[in-house]
Amino acid sequence: MSFTGLSPDQRAVMLKAAGVSKIDDLFNDIPAEIQTRHIEGLPGPLSEIEIERLITKTGESNTQFRSNYMGGGAYNHYIPPVVDEISSRSEFYTAYTPYQPEVSQGTLAAIFEFQTMLSALTGMDVTNASMYDGATSMAEAAIMGARINGKSRVLVSRGVHPNYREVLKTYGRASGLEVIEIPLDGGVTDIKKAAELINDQTSSVIIQTPNFTGLIEDIESFSRLTENTSVITIAAVTEAMSLGFLKGPGELGASIVCGEIQSFGNPLNSGGPYAGYISARKDFVRRMPGRLVGQTLDTSGSRVYTLTLQTREQHIRREKATSNICTNEGLIALRAAVYLSLTGVRLKELALLNHRTAVYLKNRIAESGIEIVNNDKPFFNEFIIRPENHEKFIKEFNNRKIAPGIDIGRYYEEYRGCILVCATEMISKDDADEYYDIIREAGL
Amino acid sequence: MNVELIFEKSSPGQNRYRLPEPEFGTNISIPEKLIRDEIPLPDCGEPEVVRHYNNLSRMNFGVDNGMYPLGSCTMKYNPKINERLSRNPSFSGLHPFADDANIQGALRILYELSEYLSLITGLKDFTLSPAAGSHGELTGVMVIKKYFESRNDRRGTILIPDSAHGTNPASVAMCGFKVREVPSNSSGDVDLDKFLELLDEDVAAMMLTCPNTLGLFDRNITVIAEALHKNGSLFYADGANLNALVGRVRFSDIGFDLMHINLHKTFSTPHGGGGPGSGPLGAAEHLVEFLPIPAIRKEGKKYITAYDRPQTIGRVHSFFGNFAICLRAYIYIRMLGYNGLREVSDTAVLNANYLMSKLKDIYNLPIDRRCMHEFVLNDKGLPNGITTNDISKRILDYGFHSPTVYFPLLVHGAMMIEPTETESFASLERFIEIMKKIRIECDNEPEKILGAPCQTPVGRVDTVLAAKKPVLKWGD
Repeated sequence: MSFTGLSPDQRAVMLKAAGVSKIDDLFNDIPAEIQTRHIEGLPGPLSEIEIERLITKTGESNTQFRSNYMGGGAYNHYIPPVVDEISSRSEFYTAYTPYQPEVSQGTLAAIFEFQTMLSALTGMDVTNASMYDGATSMAEAAIMGARINGKSRVLVSRGVHPNYREVLKTYGRASGLEVIEIPLDGGVTDIKKAAELINDQTSSVIIQTPNFTGLIEDIESFSRLTENTSVITIAAVTEAMSLGFLKGPGELGASIVCGEIQSFGNPLNSGGPYAGYISARKDFVRRMPGRLVGQTLDTSGSRVYTLTLQTREQHIRREKATSNICTNEGLIALRAAVYLSLTGVRLKELALLNHRTAVYLKNRIAESGIEIVNNDKPFFNEFIIRPENHEKFIKEFNNRKIAPGIDIGRYYEEYRGCILVCATEMISKDDADEYYDIIREAGL
Repeated sequence: MNVELIFEKSSPGQNRYRLPEPEFGTNISIPEKLIRDEIPLPDCGEPEVVRHYNNLSRMNFGVDNGMYPLGSCTMKYNPKINERLSRNPSFSGLHPFADDANIQGALRILYELSEYLSLITGLKDFTLSPAAGSHGELTGVMVIKKYFESRNDRRGTILIPDSAHGTNPASVAMCGFKVREVPSNSSGDVDLDKFLELLDEDVAAMMLTCPNTLGLFDRNITVIAEALHKNGSLFYADGANLNALVGRVRFSDIGFDLMHINLHKTFSTPHGGGGPGSGPLGAAEHLVEFLPIPAIRKEGKKYITAYDRPQTIGRVHSFFGNFAICLRAYIYIRMLGYNGLREVSDTAVLNANYLMSKLKDIYNLPIDRRCMHEFVLNDKGLPNGITTNDISKRILDYGFHSPTVYFPLLVHGAMMIEPTETESFASLERFIEIMKKIRIECDNEPEKILGAPCQTPVGRVDTVLAAKKPVLKWGD
C-alpha cells in the first residue's frame, strides 16, 4: 500500500519547479557515504487484505478469556457503543492539539467538559486536560508538590500500585526527589508510621485509594495529619469507577488528586493508551503540569474555549516550564467525557453494582472455604484471596478460559500465594457462581 | 452563538440508561461517611448525548477535512485499516497483567516493531514504553544521566540549538541538567565555531532535531557528531522530523547515540486532538543496558517481558506504553515496506520543495536553500500591520488548517509549513492559490485579514482574556 497522492507526470512538473532533475538531488545535503539504498530484513509491502489476514492470525495467539477477574489499575468495564461511535469521528481523531481554537471548538469543549467532570468527581477546583497515564500523573504530581513547597522528600504508601511506585522512583532519581515508602498494616497504610516519617524536609504524602490490595484508605485522617503544615497530601485513584460511589478525595481534604481514567470508556488494550490526570486546589493551578482548556469570548462576544495558562508550558517557558509534557491523551479524555455524559447520574448505581458484585463473589469464595485476606476492612471492587495452591488455582481457571485474578505475591512478600480478585459490572451472577463451582470441582 | 456544553442540556430524570439489575441481595460493606451524596454529572438521554458530541465534532478540523500543513507535526493521512484492526478484541481485550504466555501475539507485535525501528534507524534497540515524543525525550535524558553516573562522570550540561523544540530544554531541566544554547548561523545550520567554543568537559550531550526545525539537514552534522564523541559526549536526536529521512539515511550512520521517534508523526497514527501518541526511544549498543523496563525479548519461539537490566533507569509507564498505537504503526510499516517508506520521505520532501518554490516569491523566505520536509516563511514585509497570526487566521477561512506559527523562535513571525506526502497535487495547487490570494488581500483588503477568520465555526478567540481571568470548568 501507499498513501502518497502524486502521478508520475505531476512528480516531473514538481521536480522541475523545485529546480532539480531527480528526487535524489533533493537530498544532496546528506553526505553521500551515509545515504541508505536498501534495508535488509524490513518485510512488506502488503495489501489491506494481506495485513488484515496477518493481524487476525497474530491476534489468535493471544488467549481470549471468557471472563476476566483481573484489575490492579486496568479494569474490564463495559464500553457503551456511543463512546466508540463518537471517538471514531475523524474530525476528532485526525485533529492535532487545538492550537487554532477557531477550528477546534469540538476538542476544546469536550476537554473543558472533561476538566469539569473530573473536578466534580475528585472534589477539586481544577483538573488538567490529561497526562500520559496514571503512573506518570502520580510522578508529576509529586514533582508539582516539590515545586510548590520547595522540599524533596516524598512519602509514598506501599499500598500504591507497584508499577506507579517504580515510575515515581524513576522520575524521582532524575529530578532529585527522595522517595520513601510507608509500610502497610493489615492491608492499609500505617498512619502511625507515616506520622513518624514526616519531617521538615517532607514535600508530600501519597496514598492510593482504593489501594492495590483493594482496600479503601482513610484519606481524611491522612489529610488531618498534614493539616496546617506545608506537606501536601496527594491521593492517587487507579480505579476511576470508585469515584462514582465514594466521596472524592478532595472532599476528604487531599490537596492534589491524580490517577487513571481508563475505566471511563477505554478498552484494556494491553496497557495503553490510557490517560492520567491531575486535579488540584485553585491556588496550585499555575504550578500544574499539562494542558488546560479555559473559557473565553470570540470577537462576536460568544462563549468559546481555548488552551490557556500556557506560560506554564514548555513551548513558551522552555527549561523553566512546569513539565516537558506536550502531546497528552486528548482522545482518551474525550472518550471519558462521552462516557460520563452517557452514564451521567447513573454512574453511582453503576459503581455500586461493581461493589455489590464483588461482595457477592467474595461471599461465594468464602463459602468455598478459601480464606479472604483483610476481610474486616471496607473495599470497593477488588479483594485478596489465599487459595491453597495459587499456581494450580490460576492454571485450572486458565484452562477454562477464565483469568481468575492477579498473582499479587509477585509484588508483595506478605501476600505470596495470594490472588487479587476484581469483579466489575461485567461479571454476572452466573459468572460468580461458576467461579465457586470451579473451586469446588477442581478441588482448589 | 455560544458553544454549548453537555451540562446545559441536563435536566433531572432525562437519563434512561439501564443497568443490569443484580439477582443477588448483597449488603454494602462501605461505611456511610465514605459514600458520596450526589453525583455531579449531567442527566441526559442517549440521543441528546450523541447529537451533542456529533455537533461538537463539526466544529473541529482534522486531516480528513483538509490539508493540515502544521509544521513539525507531520499531519499526514491516517489509514483506516489501522483503526479497524487495532480495535480487534483479540488485542483490545488484553489485560496488561496477563502472563506472557497469554499475550504472545501482542508481544510479537511489540518485539517486531522495535526490530523494524532498529532496522530503519540503525540503533541497536528500542523501548516502546514512552507515550509521546516528550516522554521519549525525558526517558532519553534519564538514560544520559544514568550513563554518566555509571562511569562516575559528573557532567552537568546539555547543548541545545536555538532552533530546538521547547520540550528539549524542558526535558533536560527535569533531569537536573543545565541547558546551554547553541546559536544557528545565517544559513540555518548549527554555528560550528560557537558550538566548538561551548563544547567543554562538562557537556554530557547535545540534543539536535534532525532535520532541524527550519526543515534543513545540518550540513555539519557528521562533524558535530565526531566532535561530541571525541569529547566523550553523547549525541541525541529528536526524531520528530524523521518523516523527511525514513529510508534515506540511518541515524546511527549520522553518529547519533540515542533518538526518539514520534509514531504519531512518521508512522501515521492519528493525533487524536492531542494524543494518544507514542515516543519510542532507540539506543546505540553502549546505551541499551540503561533503557527502561520491561524489555521485550524473543527466546526461541517465545516472546517474553524481561526485567533483568541491572543498569536500567527503571520503569517510565504504568504498563508497556501505548500498545494500540504501536499496533497501528506496525501495520503501517508492514503495509509500506522499505520502498513504501522511501516513497514517503521522497514525496514529503518533494511536496515541501514544490510549495517553497511557489511561495517564496510571495512571502519572505528567511533562509533560501533547498528544504527537507518543511520550510519556514515569515511576516517580513507584510503591509498594514498584518502579522503571522492574522495570516494564520485567514488561511482557516479558505478551508485549510494553518501552518505552525511563531516557531522556531529564532525566526521572527515564523510560519512553518509541512505539507506531508499524502497531499495530492491539486490540494498543493489550491494551497498556493489561496496563499497568493491572501497576499493580495493584505495589500488591497487588509480588513479581511485583520478581521479573520469569518468562515469558521466561531470568530477570532480572545486568548488574552482566557489567561487573565481563568475559567477552567463549567460553573466557575
